[in-house]
Amino acid sequence: MAVFLVSSIPFVLLCTRLLRNDLGINPVETLQHTTGDWTLRFLIFTLAITPLRKTLNLPELIRFRRMLGLFAFFYVVLHFLTYLGPDQSFNFSGMWDDVAKRKFVTVGFAAFLLLIPLAATSTTGMIRRLGGKRWQSLHRLIYVCAILGVIHYYWLVKSDVRKPLMYAFFVGIFLLWRVWDAYFRRKGKAPATVRPEVSTHTNLPAEKNV
Amino acid sequence: MLIQRKTELTYADVTPKDVYANRRKFLRDLGIAGAAAAIAGERILSIASPNLTAYATSKLNFVKGPFSTDEKITPVNDVTHYNNFYEFGSDKGDPAKNSQNFRTSPWTVSVEGEVKSPRKFSMDELLKLAPLEERIYRHRCVERWSIVVPWIGYSLSSLLKMFEPTPKAKYVAFQSYYDLGQMPQSRYTGLEYPYVEGLRMDEAMHPLALLCVGMYGETLPNQDGAPVRIVVPWKYGYKSIKSIVKIKFQEKEPPTTWNLQASNEYGFYSNVNPNVDHPRWSQATEHRLGELFPRKTVIFNGYADQVASLYNGMDLKKYH
Repeated sequence: MAVFLVSSIPFVLLCTRLLRNDLGINPVETLQHTTGDWTLRFLIFTLAITPLRKTLNLPELIRFRRMLGLFAFFYVVLHFLTYLGPDQSFNFSGMWDDVAKRKFVTVGFAAFLLLIPLAATSTTGMIRRLGGKRWQSLHRLIYVCAILGVIHYYWLVKSDVRKPLMYAFFVGIFLLWRVWDAYFRRKGKAPATVRPEVSTHTNLPAEKNV
Repeated sequence: MLIQRKTELTYADVTPKDVYANRRKFLRDLGIAGAAAAIAGERILSIASPNLTAYATSKLNFVKGPFSTDEKITPVNDVTHYNNFYEFGSDKGDPAKNSQNFRTSPWTVSVEGEVKSPRKFSMDELLKLAPLEERIYRHRCVERWSIVVPWIGYSLSSLLKMFEPTPKAKYVAFQSYYDLGQMPQSRYTGLEYPYVEGLRMDEAMHPLALLCVGMYGETLPNQDGAPVRIVVPWKYGYKSIKSIVKIKFQEKEPPTTWNLQASNEYGFYSNVNPNVDHPRWSQATEHRLGELFPRKTVIFNGYADQVASLYNGMDLKKYH
């Protein structure tokens, strides 16, 4: 519940600013940039859970992962709607044209599409139906989404790439950690261990491979 | 003969400048956001959207000039707080914040190159060189936003005609002021400085091309290119170079800053053209600040009647 409330703060602030007519001089752009930023941030928070959980030995962090991932999806839906609405005037043919022609839109749209099955299979019932292993393989798509999201932002800016590079740095760190972790696990001496019994009572599959 | 009269009301008469520059404070003083909760909220919000900054400008005397559109003028506050002036930072709000102490006096503009007698101008000389006119132009950024601005100045040709160019003079190059000490934020913006731009001679001599010293009845605010800039309304905004210190007649096509940064995205001509897309986005529509839905972009930004003939027989896709 606390995570839900905290994760909602950016949304509540955005709504407050919208109601106060305080979204700056280009409100549409402010909405697009803010929702895009929060999508990337929540993707990164989600990716951070496993590395932090294992390196800090805080297995209970796993409880927050689903909520963080769903908030990433929530913000990307808002991001997409600000694009479809004020930017494309709900003109789907114009949107498809844009998606097909412009590579930064293409990768952004692809990342959005790939997040849909992840959000749809986030319920405990779906995890059970898919089986832990298959569910996990499917949800590794978030790695692709995060990379595409960063590329989407990098290709958007005109010349000042500091912010996209900052996101790239965090995505890179948390993905490289996984490569490193998998490498050591294959060698049979995991650098950090998690007691599997802790993750079972969260109704989520054991996290050894994520 | 047309009798031209100076407008009696200025933009500042509608809303006093100190009020619109501090509109949030104004609202607070009225007690609209009085409660303690609102103050707490204000603190959070002020982090998200910093207060608008004031700036120093002074009134100009001018007459109504030609070529003005009757479209709705963009509020002065938008034009002064939503700027691309990368020397002062790459965020739209950066120039208003970071340019306040920019020293624009004394100021000298040097006109040189392929001319018989090069010379320098002080701002006083430039201000008196020709009668100042107000021209309300559409201004279209390559990023797809647009504004309508009442600029003040005179045709660039009034200045250029004072010179006797040599037969070699085919282009006019412009250079902005640059001083890393006064513009420390420029370091991270990914562009090479000083900012440079250029026009073909016939473009520079076209009466629409404005040598601009003011807007909204007053001298230019620093963030809008003080003390002197050009405005080329049929081209994307970055061609309208700000804070000019050098104008040079030359034979070769001059290098231009955004073209140096990404030549496939920003051509030398950069005429507003809905049919030639930017590689990363469509230029078919634009977002007029203050409007919710996009509007269609018009070729040459609606100035085709005046300027299309300059490009007769040219492939506008190739020479984008």
